Amino acid sequence: MINYQKFTLDNGLRVIVHEDHTTAMACLNILYDVGARDESPDKTGFAHLFEHLMFGGSVNIPNYDTPLQEVGGENNAFTSNDITNYYITLPSTNLETAFWLESDRMLNLAFSEQSLEIQRQVVCEEFKQRYLNQPYGDVWLRLRPLAYKVHPYRWATIGKELKHIEEATMEDVKAFFKRHYAPNHAIMVVAGDVHLEEVKQLSQKWFGDIPKGEDYVRNLPKEPKQTEARREEVWADVPVNSIYIAFHGPDRLHTDYPVVDLISDILSRGSSSRLYRALVKEQPLFSEVNAYVMGSIDDNLFVIEGKPLPQVSLTDAEKALWQQLELLKKELVAEKELQKVKNKIESTMMFAELSNLDKAMNLAFYEALGDADLYNQEVDRYLQVSAPHIQSIAQEIFRQENSSTLIYHAKEQQDVE
Amino acid sequence: MLNRKEAPLKHPVADIHLVEPKSLQLENGLKIFVFYAEEQELLKAEFIFQNVFSSPENPLLNTCLSSMLKEGTNTRTSAQIAEEIDFYGGYLIPEYSYDQTALTMYILTKHLPAVLPIVHDVLTDSIIPESELQTFTRNNKQSLQVSLRKNEYVARRFFYRNLFGETRYGITPTEEAYDNLRREDLQALYRAQIQPQNCTLILSGDVTDEVLAQVEQLFGKNWINQGEIPSGLNPLLPEFQPQQFIEERTDAMQSAIRLGMPFINRKNPDFPAVQFVNTLFGGYFGSRLMRNIREDKGYTYSIGSAIASLRHTGFLTIASEVGVDVTQATLDEIQKEFQLLRTEPAPLEEVELVKNYMLGAILGSLESIFSHADKFKAVYFSNLDLSYYTRYNQTIREMTPERVQAVAQQYFDYDKLLRVVVGKV
Repeated sequence: MINYQKFTLDNGLRVIVHEDHTTAMACLNILYDVGARDESPDKTGFAHLFEHLMFGGSVNIPNYDTPLQEVGGENNAFTSNDITNYYITLPSTNLETAFWLESDRMLNLAFSEQSLEIQRQVVCEEFKQRYLNQPYGDVWLRLRPLAYKVHPYRWATIGKELKHIEEATMEDVKAFFKRHYAPNHAIMVVAGDVHLEEVKQLSQKWFGDIPKGEDYVRNLPKEPKQTEARREEVWADVPVNSIYIAFHGPDRLHTDYPVVDLISDILSRGSSSRLYRALVKEQPLFSEVNAYVMGSIDDNLFVIEGKPLPQVSLTDAEKALWQQLELLKKELVAEKELQKVKNKIESTMMFAELSNLDKAMNLAFYEALGDADLYNQEVDRYLQVSAPHIQSIAQEIFRQENSSTLIYHAKEQQDVE
Repeated sequence: MLNRKEAPLKHPVADIHLVEPKSLQLENGLKIFVFYAEEQELLKAEFIFQNVFSSPENPLLNTCLSSMLKEGTNTRTSAQIAEEIDFYGGYLIPEYSYDQTALTMYILTKHLPAVLPIVHDVLTDSIIPESELQTFTRNNKQSLQVSLRKNEYVARRFFYRNLFGETRYGITPTEEAYDNLRREDLQALYRAQIQPQNCTLILSGDVTDEVLAQVEQLFGKNWINQGEIPSGLNPLLPEFQPQQFIEERTDAMQSAIRLGMPFINRKNPDFPAVQFVNTLFGGYFGSRLMRNIREDKGYTYSIGSAIASLRHTGFLTIASEVGVDVTQATLDEIQKEFQLLRTEPAPLEEVELVKNYMLGAILGSLESIFSHADKFKAVYFSNLDLSYYTRYNQTIREMTPERVQAVAQQYFDYDKLLRVVVGKV
């Protein structure tokens, strides 16, 4: 349970304050309600490239990082398909420096050509490092467009291809800033060794005169219901075969979301989980196996993946994964097993509360979902899930015609099929 | 009217205040350090063992033992152990480092009485079942195959082997080494290493008197030493020869670069000053390497340097993944930066900035009682005490451009580095 206060400036900036005086640090987290899903299909990877440009100097402050490091602070940011999140941690005595820096880059950027040129290159190297120059690195570049045909989740945050990043122009940058980087599209959380009154005063002082931006109406195409099984098989330069099966599932706010999340826990959380026990230990078919929900705001993917052992055929391996899913459809989860995954949710939430930054990010994310208080309600949503509910959701989701399967065949390996 | 061009007033960064642990030693030799925090509903118990090696050293045996600890005892199967710990929402995590092996329990304090006997069972009665060992071998061989396709991993292997040779610090696993793991060897190592007289227990969180009583009950009288700890020989570290090693990967899009050399460790009084220079050089986002090679040239997503302190040695390492067409250019820029560090005193503003950055970072690293325990651990296993951090902070505050240059000239020399490139030059 996290205590917080919330207020909104006239320009629409929502501010959340969480006081925790056990630390000497403060954290200022700003979430902009824009992610890769807001990109146009021919200019993908832009939200993330833009995140890099936010460090290239703002209208009144030529260098973002240096003044922050001078007062003992650190910062970073990340972009997802849904949101872009920036954060600063610094000694609380220097909190105002964070307000100064963040407000100036919300006001306006310097839009330096040199910064754009360099960051295009940096992001291309990031693209290569994470997605192209790694075995299985391109999984999401393949699986997303297989599972989503219409919704912008069909491309990864990094973008569809290097070309989109190489071709980004300053005009694009400016338009994107104007559309998405305004106080009414942002949520600020100030947490740690801070006081509500101080935060109110600093927010008004530094953010109060930033003009409100135009309303942005998110009108994303809804992914149509999938009606037949999809499949892609690649022969890649990878050492080991690999299987990924993705199923469409509920959006983040749907009452079924905690159910699906708990199903992934039953299957693969911790060393007592079903997949690990059944398919790695008891009947050794895989060297590793995993199940998870993407956790995205719009309609989710539930993914089950594994690397079969050398002598195991892909057909048998795939069948074994399906058997585990069938089991969830056929039999009710035992009360004790359900209690186990719920207990784990509870303790994990408590460990997350040890970190001020984690608390700040979570409050911002839940506020973006609709209400910061959802964070405090989250555990209860999980505790209420019943075994029959799990069974019915499993029956609804784990169907061939709701699945997208991606197979990597190791090139050198002799397939036993 | 608000003047946005002018930065707000800067306030000096305060020193940290560390929690001194309460310490006790039980009759069986178990050393316990307690970091108590009120109103903390969580508890962390770390059982830390010095690694025991025989000759020739085979660190894979120690890594494997760490993974196998919770895979079965005389009274509990691997599945039962996992099931019980998970049921209470706990995390029981074996951790392996070059010099120590740890078994760490994270748990809600209210569930501690239920899980502590399982930990006791694991530490006193593990049997390392053959079938579990086979699972370990099988899975790790397969993930090794995947790792070997990563240029960065291949570069790292070559790096360690050349710095530290056939020792615990230099040997990296091979498929053959996995095949050669024997249950008997693991059981012998278990008996030699997992003993109370070789164990330091760090308890942090809501460590009440009842918790301590249960700990003493289980891990005092009911934990018996199996015999003397084999007197560990120091690793025979090879004579280091700087050289360049290039492994061509014709299809690579990026090269993995790894440079470095054996280095001083935390026991050396110069260590804090050397850390300062390393931070300035390549140890944070605003470092010279990042500014030049990422932010000015755009050659890489990331580049960094780091110093690791080990029990018997230490090392400096610089790593990056860069476009194949700019690999040589990157090496040239790194060389230039080394040269500059040695020939010119750092600008005063840069030294002041790094000071504040580092003081802020250490202040920020203290988040909960667990981080106080971590700070203690870092110095304790270097045979130092918490006064190290007072000296550390003082050294940071007293750094000058001249001192930076002097430290650079003594310790940072491009010509003395091992230079590994996997990809294309």
